[in-house]
Formats: sequence, structure tokens, C-alpha cells
Amino acid sequence: MKRRDFIKTSGIALAGAALLPDFLQGCTPGTPTGTAAMLAHFGVSENDLKKVISVALEKGGDYADLFFEHTFYNSLSLQDGAVNRAYSNIDYGVGVRVVKGDQTGYAYVESSSPDEMLKAARTAARIADGPATMAAANVSEQTFTNYYPLERSWEEASVQDKAPFVQQLNDRCLALDNRVVKVRVSQSDTTSYILLYNSEGTLCCDYQPMATLNAYCIMEDNGKKENYQAGRSFRRGAEFLADDMIETIARQAVEGAKRMFTAVKPKGGELPVVMAAGGSGILLHEAIGHAFEADFNRKNISIFSDLLGKKVCDEHINVVDDGTVAGNRGAINFDDEGTASQKTYIVTNGILTSYLHDRISARHYGLASTGNGRRESFRFAPMPRMRCTYMENGNRTEEEIIAAVKNGVYADNFTNGQVQIGAGDFTFFVKSGYLIENGKLTRPIKDINIIGNGPRALADITMVGNNLQIDNGTWTCGKNGQSMPVTQGLPSVLVKKLTVGGE
Amino acid sequence: MKDYALSNGCSSCRISIYSGTESTFEYRDTQLEQLQQSSQNQLSIALFVDGRYGSFSTNRIEAGELKKFIKNAIASTRYLAADAHRSLPAPDRYYKGVDAPDDCYDRQYETLSPDAKLQLAKAAVEEVYQSDPHIISVVGSYGDSEGFRYVIDSQGFEGEKAESSFYVSADVSLKGDGNARPESWWYHSALFWERLEKAGIGQKALARALRKLGQAKIKSGQYPMIVDNMNGSRLFSPLINAMNGESLAQKDSFLTDRLGQSIASTRLTVRDEPHLPQASGSRRFDYEGVATQPRTVIENGVLKTYFIDTYNAHRLQMEPTISGASILTFTPGNRDTDGLVASLDRGILVTGFNGGNCNSTTGDFSFGVEGFLIENGKLVKPISEMNITGNMLTLWASLADVGNDARDWSSWRIPSLLFDAVSFSGN
Repeated sequence: MKRRDFIKTSGIALAGAALLPDFLQGCTPGTPTGTAAMLAHFGVSENDLKKVISVALEKGGDYADLFFEHTFYNSLSLQDGAVNRAYSNIDYGVGVRVVKGDQTGYAYVESSSPDEMLKAARTAARIADGPATMAAANVSEQTFTNYYPLERSWEEASVQDKAPFVQQLNDRCLALDNRVVKVRVSQSDTTSYILLYNSEGTLCCDYQPMATLNAYCIMEDNGKKENYQAGRSFRRGAEFLADDMIETIARQAVEGAKRMFTAVKPKGGELPVVMAAGGSGILLHEAIGHAFEADFNRKNISIFSDLLGKKVCDEHINVVDDGTVAGNRGAINFDDEGTASQKTYIVTNGILTSYLHDRISARHYGLASTGNGRRESFRFAPMPRMRCTYMENGNRTEEEIIAAVKNGVYADNFTNGQVQIGAGDFTFFVKSGYLIENGKLTRPIKDINIIGNGPRALADITMVGNNLQIDNGTWTCGKNGQSMPVTQGLPSVLVKKLTVGGE
Repeated sequence: MKDYALSNGCSSCRISIYSGTESTFEYRDTQLEQLQQSSQNQLSIALFVDGRYGSFSTNRIEAGELKKFIKNAIASTRYLAADAHRSLPAPDRYYKGVDAPDDCYDRQYETLSPDAKLQLAKAAVEEVYQSDPHIISVVGSYGDSEGFRYVIDSQGFEGEKAESSFYVSADVSLKGDGNARPESWWYHSALFWERLEKAGIGQKALARALRKLGQAKIKSGQYPMIVDNMNGSRLFSPLINAMNGESLAQKDSFLTDRLGQSIASTRLTVRDEPHLPQASGSRRFDYEGVATQPRTVIENGVLKTYFIDTYNAHRLQMEPTISGASILTFTPGNRDTDGLVASLDRGILVTGFNGGNCNSTTGDFSFGVEGFLIENGKLVKPISEMNITGNMLTLWASLADVGNDARDWSSWRIPSLLFDAVSFSGN
């Protein structure tokens, strides 16, 4: 019942807002460097960590880790023309995980007191049932490349600093077209202090920012109403809020809504689909990304379980899952089990070259982890998750690709998607696009679902453009009850045949 | 904390404290795959400061930290724009009784052993593991939780709620054609341990997976559509969202100005029954402390209510009702899914949705579906990889029959539904 894997762009969070920097009194604002500062932040010593790990392993677990997290979430939102609501949340806790082979014991506590952590360790240890076989290794501090350097941390930005940008986005949307009758804007920022220690001795820390800004417009024309949303999200600091960002989002939301008034639904059925560069990466995320996650494959329940090393699509196609794109929403310095982030080729020259691994699946296959072990928070055990998934450039122009289609659709904006890992059927919802008639874009289309089958759709990609774009919308991926920030990208491609919704 | 907030500049406030524990056991094929146990606490506070509004929450609930938290929250709220529509509810609308403390809480929660829980997950697997050559993998899960909430506000409202919950689920993956590995699932959940169905979960999941073998899409066209009693919420939730005060106030609803008008076929009558005893979704008050009441939502196709909380009532200049539905019940027809299937010469039974969305402003929808082709009253072929597309108002106007098979352990008790003609796209 939990095996539903989906992705969606954030609509508008209903609550919103930002707190003052002094919510973190006692901590150094800005990026804390070094594990010493982070140990002090959580009020624990290296000895405490070793003691908890020893208890976690006392029933015979062969690996254990402690994941400390302190997260500050703030949002501001605007309705009816005014920045009139704020929401903030503080979350603090430690997750203790014990692994034995493929088995996982997990417990968390909302405190970093040694007694509480020991209690959690004893619970998680119960996944194993024997004498201790491993001891905690000596502490070895690890440092990683920082893929999200900040100009100004969110902890230095108050409601006063942020609210004018939220207001400005509303005002720009209203100014761009007098048919805009309602605008909702939501801005949010997250700052996470992360400290990780595992039984191999790895001790590392991270300071993770996340910024999002979204606008949702309702436009009315001759009694007809239409909506459109646009947004951006990055692992960036408060410098994210800037005039050009506001202008980009406002224009996309208003232009999108305008286009809806003349849009039609296509006649449903199997059609060639040109996926426009950018958000169309949702095709990769759903059609192959989830099915390449190695937990599904080690359990032999993915439609791609028998296809490693096999040719799965045109030999000019290369697909990567990349955690190293600077400032990207899907970027990570190290994953949530202490493995360095990397750029992982999952399809190379048309051959399925790698699954996406966490520690458990990597060990299962006798490989190194690809750094995809991610978790929503200290409340969850990690599992293989995507980061930024995209296809590298081919050599066609978008014009050539569109010109090759006699009767089909062009899809350029998406709200959500879903996949069945085993059957391979995936879907994505097209918010906007165009009909293609005789090699030309003609009428706009809107609000239709497209459905296909992963391996077939991948094999049906016959043309790849030279215009790769990463979509920087607020994409959130759901799997087994855990939400993760991700992104995706694609150059324009032609998929020979997908089932397009319509009437 | 309430007094602290009031003495530090906020004019009114509502505070809610939540405390809960949960455990899950996941058994795969021959071994325990994952066990998890945890407990959590959270304090949430809604602040009304100089005509401004903010809401804040934290799991750092030590007294010293909380005071600092509240002080900062008040300071933050002062930077916002004033919003004259924000206030606590009129006090005469509060729930004033005392909740029966055990109405939704099972004391047995405290005494269940981890072994008994693990055994349920294991049993769901062992019912079917290796019982069919198609089986690749079977996962059985057991989970339970308890939660306590206490709400208090500065006008004197005070309320509490305790709830327990138990579930068993099974997922079965099969070897299908080529590389396909179709899977299906089944689950049961209950507020009380004794009412939890503890056997047959794995078998149902297997049967549901086996009948999917050989799925293929069929020709595009208009077909009568039956949606089984597990899946109606995908089609009903857009209506409920469109009745919400927030959607109406933001002009983001396809049911604006439709109160008292027909929005569906006369076969559709839906009530909100918040006071059904010991039932999932049952509650005496909503998030504001406003007393819930039984009410008719749709009567013979006519829209009878919106869901409007205090804030949106002020914005819309309408009477408030309640912030949302609690337990939805449908006036049943005479047949279950099989009976409805038997009534059709040709049509499609939808047993699962796969993605898709509904435009909240216009009601236009398009969803991926799977299910079965019906011919001469029988399921003749499993189908998948198809879309249904249309508009919510047209769809619900075409409702031709309602089943009698709603699941009484669900808070939205939606029976099987039969629609006259729906656009399916396939090949």
C-alpha cells in the first residue's frame, strides 16, 4: 500500500512565513565550519557518539549510524494582495539506524541527551538477535566539497527582509495583465544543521539551505477562469530573493494563465509526443528513475531488474543522476549516510550502466554506494532516492524535432507524475503544451494526463535535442511516505508513441 | 504558555499540544525487513497580534526554549500586514461537552507485544508466499499509532482527543509478461485492535495481483465506467476541495455560487456524520474548537453546504459552517461492485488510478487508470495504461448508480459508483 512513487510541484503552501534570526540564539549564524561546532550545537561529545553506536551494535548489527538534525522552516504567504500570514516550524532530533544484511532497525528521539539516544539505540538494535560482532571504529572526520555556498544565510533574514519580495511578486503578476483576479504567493526557506556519525567512524556535518518561491495566478476573462502556477527552488541563501527572480516567476505564471484561455484538449489516444526541454525531465524521473532505484532491483520487483548492462534505448542517449549541480534543489554534499555526492551515469550510450544505490543495496550488489541514500528527516531511515536527473544533449535542434511530427502534441509544463515500479506504467500531467500539426505548433493544449510504459517509452525516444535545460521548479518526490527535494532536466526529445488523454 | 503569550503582546491565541507514538514492522518473503519505533511531541500556536496572524510549531518543548520561541513568533507576526478577517471563532460555536475519552482510543494499544505485531506482518506474507509460481516477492506490514491532542485558546475553549490506529497490509509482486512485474496490495485498518482483520490480507493482495496478469490497453472511446469502492475518493475529493471556503475565497473553485443548485445526478446524496461512534474520522470539534454537526452535503444532486471556517466566513461574508468534512456517508443503492458489473453489456471497471490531476478552477480532469473491460456483465480482460478525461460537473451529472458496498472502516465511506459515459483514451 505504500509502493506509490510520485512527484509533484508544490502548489501553494497554505501557511507561511519567516522568523527572526535570533531563533537560533546560541548558535553561530552562517555556515558553521567543522564538526566541533556541530558537536557543540547538538551538545554531544565524540565519546557519547561512540557509546550510542556500541549499544546499537550490541545485538549483532553489522552497521549503525546516528543522524542528528536541527531544522528551521519558515514561510511567508500572500493572499488578497497582502503578506498576511506566517508559519514557522522547528524540528530537532536524532535517528538511530542499525543494519544487518538487508534488514534495518530504526528509532528516533527528539532530543540529543545520551540517555534518550541510548534508548533509541536499544530499540533499533533489536533488528538483530545475537551477540555483538562489530565494534565502533575510531572517529574519522570527513569533509566534502560544498555544492551550496551561501552569500547570506536565511538565519540572517527576517520577515521584514523577505516580505517586500513576496509583495513585489504579487504586484508584478497583477501589473502584467488586468485579467489577473487573484494571486497567491508563497515563499519558504529551510535551514538544516546535520551531523552524521557511523560505525565505520565517519563523522561529518552539513549546513543545508533550501529556498522556494511560488506564484499561483487566477485569471478571469468573459466569465471564464483559468489558473497557472510558476516557481523556483534552489539550495541557496537569502540572495535567492532578487528582482530578476521575481520577474521570471511573474511572467511565467501570467503568460501561462493567458495561454489557457485558447487551449483545447487534444483528441485522446496514442500520439507522438515532443517533450520540451526542461520540466519534461519528469519523463526520466517517472519512466526510468524510480525503477533504477536499487532497492526495487535488489528485491527483484522493478521492471528493470534484469536489464543492467543491457541496451535499453538509442545509443546516443546518456542519462545521469547528479548530486553535484551547484545550488540545485537536488544537490547534496554527502548523502544521508555519509557517502560523498557524485554524478552517476545510469544510461551510457543507450546501455543501463548503474542503478542508484544506498549502502544496503550497494552491499547487496558488491558495489560502492552511488551516494543516493537519502532521508526526509531524522524521522526516517534512508533509501535510494534521485537527486537531479537529466539526459545529456543530443544533436538535433528543437525545430527539427517538431518538424518530424505530422500529428502529435508538444508538452512544456507539468504538475505531477507517478509510476508503478513493477508494471512500468508511468504518467505525468501536462498543464500546458501545443498541438503539433504538419510539423508546426498550432493550438495550445491544457490539463491532460499522458501515460506510457517505462522501457517502451525509453526505447521510443528517437530524436534528442541539443538544448538541455534543468527545471528549477519546486519538485518534491514521494516514495514510501518520504518526501525529497529533487530536480530533473531534458533536452527536447521526440517520443514516438505515448497515450495522451483527451475527449 | 497561553498566559505567557497574552502577557507578551498577543491579543488572542490558540495552542495545541500533540504527543504520539508509532511502530511499524515490515516482513519481506522470509525475514523481517524493517522495524521502526518512535514517539513525538509538538506544540503549535496560532497568534493574533495587533490584527495580524501567524502560526508556529516546534518539537523543542522545554519551558525556557518555548518562551523564547513564543516571544520570537510574536515579533515575527508584527512584521506582517494586518488582516481584519482573522479572529478566533464566536464562543457560542465551540464544542462544550466532554469527549468520551475512549471513543476512538483502544487501551489495548499499551499492552500489545512487539512479537504479536511482528507475527501479523509475517502471517500476511506466509498466507501466500510461494503459493503461486508467478510470485516474486511478498511484503507484509503491520503498523500502529496512538496520538493525544490537547487544544486550548484564549477565549476559554478547551478540548482533547485521543486516538489509536492499527493496520495490516500486504504487497505482492508477480512475474508478468516480458520484464513486467505487476503488483497489487490490500490492507485493513481499525481504531480498535479487536476490529482489525488479521487474516486474509495476503490472499486478497495476491488475488488482486493475479487478476492483473496480461494487462493491456484497449481502444479509445466512451465507455460506461464503474469505480470500485477503494477508489472513489480520487473522483470525489475535487468536489470536496471545491466546497472549501479557502478555494471559494480565492476564486479557485468550480463550485462558486452553486449552493442550492444541482451539481450532480439525483442519485447522489452525501452526508457528513461526524458523531458516528468509534469510527475513523469521528470528532466533536474541528481545529478551531467549533462543534461538529451532522449535515447534508449533497441531496439528490443539489449542493447543500460549503465548508467554511471563521476566517473564510469573514472574507466571503457568509455564515461559517465547519472547516471540513469528518465522515462522509453516501446513500447506498442496491448492488455491490459485482452487481453493478453484471448490469452492464459493455463498460470498464476501474480498480486503480495512476497519476493525473484535476484543475481546481475549472473542474477539468485527466487521470491514468487500470481495471477491467466488462462484456455481457463479466470482467473479460485486464486493462492498463489508459486515461480518463472530462470535467467534474459533467462526470457527476452522469452518475447512474451508487453501490451498497462502502467500507465502514474508512472516514470517506464511498461505495462503488457507476457513471454513464466517460472518455477513455487507449490505442
